[in-house]
Amino acid sequence: MSQVLHTPPPTQAPADDDLAALAARHGLTVSGARPSLPEYVRQLWARRHFISAFATAKLTAQYSQAKLGQVWQVMTPLLNAAVYYFIFGVLLGTKHNVPDYVPFLVTGVFIWTFTQSSIMAGTRAISGNLGLVRALHFPRAALPISFALQQLQQLLFSMAALVVILLCFGVPVAASWLLALPALVLQFTFNAGVSMVMARMGAKTPDIAQLMPFVLRTWMYVSGVMWSIDKLAKKDDLPHVVTVLLELNPAAVYIDLMRFALIDSFHARSLPPHVWAVATGWALLAGIGGFIYFWKAEETYGRG
Amino acid sequence: MAENVNDKVPTVVADRVDIVYRVNGTGAGRGSATAALNRILRREQTERAAGVRRVHAVKKVSFVAYKGEAIGLIGTNGSGKSTLLKAVAGLLPVESGHIYTHGQPSLLGVNAALMNDLTGERNVFLGGLAMGMPREQIKERYQDIVDFSGINEKGDFITLPMRTYSSGMAARLRFSIAAAKDHDVLLIDEALATGDRSFQKRSEARIRELRRHAGTVFLVSHNNKSIRDTCERVLWLERGELRMDGPTEEVMKEYEAFTGDKKPAPKKPAPKPDATKTKTEDTKADTPQPDAPKVALPS
Repeated sequence: MSQVLHTPPPTQAPADDDLAALAARHGLTVSGARPSLPEYVRQLWARRHFISAFATAKLTAQYSQAKLGQVWQVMTPLLNAAVYYFIFGVLLGTKHNVPDYVPFLVTGVFIWTFTQSSIMAGTRAISGNLGLVRALHFPRAALPISFALQQLQQLLFSMAALVVILLCFGVPVAASWLLALPALVLQFTFNAGVSMVMARMGAKTPDIAQLMPFVLRTWMYVSGVMWSIDKLAKKDDLPHVVTVLLELNPAAVYIDLMRFALIDSFHARSLPPHVWAVATGWALLAGIGGFIYFWKAEETYGRG
Repeated sequence: MAENVNDKVPTVVADRVDIVYRVNGTGAGRGSATAALNRILRREQTERAAGVRRVHAVKKVSFVAYKGEAIGLIGTNGSGKSTLLKAVAGLLPVESGHIYTHGQPSLLGVNAALMNDLTGERNVFLGGLAMGMPREQIKERYQDIVDFSGINEKGDFITLPMRTYSSGMAARLRFSIAAAKDHDVLLIDEALATGDRSFQKRSEARIRELRRHAGTVFLVSHNNKSIRDTCERVLWLERGELRMDGPTEEVMKEYEAFTGDKKPAPKKPAPKPDATKTKTEDTKADTPQPDAPKVALPS
C-alpha cells in the first residue's frame, strides 16, 4: 500500500475537489477558523470556570514566594495610599479644602489602580501568554477578561482595607455604601472592554506595552485621583470644554461614584451631571465595542 | 479498533497544505535600531527588502486520516512535523490549501496553563479547565489523574507547589492532566519520551485507550520504538514534503535505511546525514533507558 513519493509529487496529490468533497460529505470543518459572534459568546460562557480559576490562580501565585504571603494583598494598596498621602497630602498640601482628604485620596488611588492595572495586564494578555495561546484552544477573550477579573479580586482586598480606613477616619456606615456594587460592576465592564482593545493592539505591536505606563500616568493626573475635579471646575478661569472633558473622563466618573457611595461628606452636588448615565454609557461602549473589536482578530492571535 | 477503521470515517483531511513562516528582522543590520526604523518607515516595500525571510516549512502535503487510526509522523529534525501538527490543531495558518477536521483537534500539552507556584492539586483543576473540561468531570477523574501520574507514590506530593517537583515528576503530572480528557483528534509531540520506563508503558497504554474512545491520534516522535508500539500508519516528512505514507513497518524500513540505521532493533533518532558527530553518540547511548524528558523541539 505504501508508496515512495518522489518530490515534488505531481501526480499523487488527489484533485482539489476530491478532498474538499470528502471533507464536506462527512461534515468536517476548516481548522482554526473564527467562530461567529454568538458562537464565540457561547464558547466563552462555557469557559467561565477557567476564567475565574485562572484569575484566582494568578492572584494566589503572585505572593506565594513571599514570607508574609497573602498579607501583601492588603499591604500593597495600603503602602501605596500612604506614599500618595505623604506626597500629595503632606508635601504638596493638595488636601486643603477637601473634607475627609485621606478617605478621598485612598478611594481615588484604589479605584484608579483597578483601571490602571487591568489595562496594563490587558496589554500583555496575549503577547505575554503566547505559550498558552499556541498550545490550547479556548476563546482568546478569556485571557483579558481573566486578567481584569484578577484585578477585581485584588480590588476587593483593597476595599476591605478601605473600609477599615474609612471607619478609622470617622466616616459613618451608610446605606449609600450599597451603591459601590453597581459602580464596581460598571467599572469592571469598562476595564474588561478596554483590556480587550489593548490586548488586540498589544498582540500585534508588543511595543505598546512600553508606551502604556506613560499614557496611564498622564491619565491618572487628569483623573482627579489626588485632587478634586469639582473644586477645579467651580473656578471660573477654566474653559467650559476642559471642564466637560474632565467630567466625562471615565476614570474620573468611576472614582467620583465610589467616593459618593462611600464618603458622607462627598455630596451628590460634587458629582458631574448625569453621572450614572455617563458611567453606564462608558461601560457599554467599552464592553461591547472592545469585545467585538477583539473577536474580529480572534484567529490571528499567537500566530506568525 | 479494526471495525472502526472499516467504517472509514475521515477525521482530518489535509488538502495540499503549504505552510510558510515569516521571520522579521533578518536583513542586513538585523535587530539594530536603524533597521527597525527603516522597517516601520517603509511599510510598502517587498518582504525581502524589509528583511522578512520566508521559511517554507510544509509543502503541498495531502493526506486523509480516519477514525481509530494512530498515525506517526517521522522525519529528520526540521522537516516540518511539529509545524504540520500545529496547523492541524488550527494554531498556525496555512499559506494555501485547506485542513478540514472533525471537531477540534487538540495538542497534547497543558504546560503553558500550569503554574509552578501552585500545588499539584490546583494545577490539575486549572489544567483541566484550560482544556475545556467541566468542573464535575475533573472532580470525577481527579483521583485517576493523580494515581496515573504516580506523584503520590513517594509521599503526599500533590499538595506541594509544582516548583518543588523534580522535572520527571512534573512531566508525568503534565502528561496525566493532558491525557485525562477525551479528544476527538489528539496530537502528541514527543510526549512519550517523558518519565521513567514504567511511566512510559502506562503512557502508551493510555494512548491506546484514548484512541479507542476518541478518534485519531497523531504522534510526532524521534523514538522509532514508540512509533512502532503505538502507530499502525506512518507519514514521513522530509524537508516539508510528504515522502511516504503507509503502514508502519514499510515506512520505518525505508526511513531507517535513509537515516542509516541498519539494525532492526529499536532505534532512536534520525541523525541528519551531515550532523554526524553528536548524533552518533546519542544513538549509542539510547536504547534501554529512555532519555530524560525531551524538549519538544519545533522540527
